Amino acid sequence: MGSASTSCRRLPRRRGRLAALAGGLGEVAITLGVVLLLFVAWQLWWTNIDADRTQAELAHRTIQHFPGADARTEGNAVTALKASERDRERFGTPPPASLHGAQTFGMLYVPRFGEDYGRPISEGVGSDVLDHLGIGHYPRTQLPGEAGNFAVAAHRQTHGQVFWNIDKLVEGDFLYVQTREGYYTYRYRDTEVVDPSASSVLLPVPHQPGRRASTSLLTMTSCDPPFTTRMRIVAYAELESWRPPSAGPPAPIAETVTRVSGAG
Amino acid sequence: MYAWLFGKLPGPFWVRLLISALLVVLVILVLMEYVFPWASQYSPWAESTIGLVQ
Repeated sequence: MGSASTSCRRLPRRRGRLAALAGGLGEVAITLGVVLLLFVAWQLWWTNIDADRTQAELAHRTIQHFPGADARTEGNAVTALKASERDRERFGTPPPASLHGAQTFGMLYVPRFGEDYGRPISEGVGSDVLDHLGIGHYPRTQLPGEAGNFAVAAHRQTHGQVFWNIDKLVEGDFLYVQTREGYYTYRYRDTEVVDPSASSVLLPVPHQPGRRASTSLLTMTSCDPPFTTRMRIVAYAELESWRPPSAGPPAPIAETVTRVSGAG
Repeated sequence: MYAWLFGKLPGPFWVRLLISALLVVLVILVLMEYVFPWASQYSPWAESTIGLVQ
């Protein structure tokens, strides 16, 4: 680069006006290009760092306020399936969860998404929730333990890319929702890709208006394919069992809960 | 444009270079803190919800 004043002296003293204008325009174009690149870097990289930090803090604070935060899980490690069956026999029908007036009312743990995957769930699916707090609950859908559809949304990429791995779920995977009422164990069932306007996936029984639900579903929605908004990917899981807070987290996520809550 | 700006800055060459660097950092900070969050509502990756969301 060097000093602008010395290098300019070597040029003919008076550049044509047109040349000066073209040079200026070129600089503006380059600047705009750099700003656009910066914007992409900000979205794909910085929003994740920002959101991860916010959500880790939020998760920590949320779990601290749940009852039984220091309850230890008894029993040795068994398969997730065994653990869930045992819980169903021992603790029976899951009670319905409620918001208790809190915006962030729960946590989602998905071992398939990673050992440390624990993200807060908040009420609402506006950008104020999804861009910062992570997972958002569609307000007019049901809550965990209620008959019907506990439907949530999160970003596939950017802002913590909370549901980045939503397409990696395998039939029979277990997912866990923690609220004040305890731990709800869901089992992944299937996935479909739908049009962004297909709000019927949020019905108590997806795609069947007016039908009364007899089971409890967890429905997760995100963008598909990644980096577009063309379609929506929708993953369904069914409620299998429940544990009260005092029993401690289900064995498969006990370590994750301890790590996420920052107690360990 | 940039040559003209550089010429307007006070002080010897190294001071000007330092001021320019600071200005660049300032511009990036303003972009990241204010401009980009505002612009992201028009970004093609913003939506992950389904149906009409109120």
